[in-house]
Amino acid sequence: MSLEQDLLVKPLTARINLAQPQDLKAYEASGGYAALRTAIKDIKPQDVQFKVKDANLRGRGGAGFPTGVKWSLIPMGPDSGAKYVVCNADEMEPGTFKDRLLMEGAPHQLVEGMIVTAYAVGACTGYIFLRGEYVVAAERLNKALAEARAAGLLGKNILGSGWDFDCFVHTGAGRYICGEETALINSLEGRRANPRAKPPFPQISGLWGRPTVVNNVESLCNIAPILVNGSEWFRNLSQGKSKDGGTKLYGVSGRAKRTGVYELPIGTSAREILEDHGGGMKDGYKLKCWLPGGASTDFLMPEHLDLAMDFDTIGRAGSRMGTGLLTVVDDKQNMVSVVRNLEEFFARESCGWCTPCRDGLPWSVKILMALERGQGRAEDIAQLERLTRYLGPGRTFCAHAPGAMEPLQSALKFFRSEFEAGVAKTPVAA
Amino acid sequence: MSTANPTTTVKLSDLPKAQPFALTETERHEIEHELGHYPDGRAASIGALKIVQQHRGWVPDEAIAPIAEMIGISAAELEGVATFYSLIYRRPVGRHVIKVCDSISCYLTGYEEIKTSLEKNLGIGMGQTTTDNRFTLLPICCLGACDKGPTMMIDDDLHGDLTPQGISTLLEKYS
Repeated sequence: MSLEQDLLVKPLTARINLAQPQDLKAYEASGGYAALRTAIKDIKPQDVQFKVKDANLRGRGGAGFPTGVKWSLIPMGPDSGAKYVVCNADEMEPGTFKDRLLMEGAPHQLVEGMIVTAYAVGACTGYIFLRGEYVVAAERLNKALAEARAAGLLGKNILGSGWDFDCFVHTGAGRYICGEETALINSLEGRRANPRAKPPFPQISGLWGRPTVVNNVESLCNIAPILVNGSEWFRNLSQGKSKDGGTKLYGVSGRAKRTGVYELPIGTSAREILEDHGGGMKDGYKLKCWLPGGASTDFLMPEHLDLAMDFDTIGRAGSRMGTGLLTVVDDKQNMVSVVRNLEEFFARESCGWCTPCRDGLPWSVKILMALERGQGRAEDIAQLERLTRYLGPGRTFCAHAPGAMEPLQSALKFFRSEFEAGVAKTPVAA
Repeated sequence: MSTANPTTTVKLSDLPKAQPFALTETERHEIEHELGHYPDGRAASIGALKIVQQHRGWVPDEAIAPIAEMIGISAAELEGVATFYSLIYRRPVGRHVIKVCDSISCYLTGYEEIKTSLEKNLGIGMGQTTTDNRFTLLPICCLGACDKGPTMMIDDDLHGDLTPQGISTLLEKYS
């Protein structure tokens, strides 16, 4: 298939070249920056917003909020003042490795997505908030930005339109919580990454108190293709597998045969992702359970494999699609240990701002470690269940602790006997 | 009644003196460049700390006040930022920093064996530096290369599909 045809089926990965990503010239030769040129010349900013809304693109960072709707909450008009576009490139959700691919393999597609998004919401400056460990991505994005700036696609008076917009890479210095959009804004402002209260939402008061749109890398990489090929084309990419539009970067990690990232119609079944693309489990390993999209999603079981991987379907099954990259747990694993690993992560990465999260997460780790050693107490399992409620939605300042409780509550539901096996036969002193 | 020996007196001049500290021209220049990206200097906090760390390997206490002055916030505020982020080192580190992913996908594919092998090869535990100052060993959350688990970074290099047996050969590349 030619690149042209490939781009119509796999708009996100057709251009990916990890060894040597397209430079500006090659990107433009394959239709790059056509979306920006057309938008600036012929489409009003609000109409760009409408096209994205009409495409049924739901945010690819994990929450699935419709991207066009998010943009439409930004105040528009000549008096709306300084506004910002921020790309959440702080990919740190355990089990997620898709945004790295997009940034290292096709940096110009993200840059174009940023510029078109900025045009759609009337932003003056953009920041790509990139995690510090992604050094290759930083280098390639900075190169792409410099090329775009030199070609008049970025900076003052873009393409002679009179509109100014510049964009910078802002690299972080660790901490998972920076991926939470209001914590990210605090971090970008040079503060500790504690989340902010919502409302006000960033679209009204975000970076430096100004209207700000925060979008995930994968969401932004879809923007230029939507403008070039149309909203209807994008909706149809899901091939009727989902009412959401587009393709999705799915993936598999854990003890599967062909771990990796695959671009497929959104709504593809988990079974197809794991078995056809991931090659199934490695020889000698059986699938015990799986996380649909990151550490902060509820475990699902082998009998859930035929579900369509989209936000609504996985939500109805009691989990979340999250980032859409499957982590498969094999039958050699003990679930108490697996969950202990997950909760240790969340406990370490808590920003410490609110008590349930700061104190509750280490408490869950302490209990899980006791159960792991076979020294749990009879009341420990009930205590873990209480924690899933006390740290659940509505009890904490942000979604960190509720996310941490998702794998715990589902492991308790599906694998209770493994937790019970950790209770000491003779009572342990308190 | 005090039991302190009254004959022992400590003179102020005997105490170790704080090392005089100044940002280098290069550091100042790079921080100025970073400041140009933002309408508010505070936003350059993390970037400025990273610049100093890149040149010195870590961020000594004495660096906080001059950096804070450059970006226009108080030293206490910058200290708060510098202690929040895990990739800002506030103690000296070895010539090479090893960051081992301990998140779920790497855990499922053999993180614990990799950790044991590293600790055995280096003779140190997590958070420690070898006596020859060659390596510092740190845990890190998901490196976004889960399909290649278990993974780690040494300095800016990503290493995947690690095996416990392969660790010693890999370490030899970093002198």
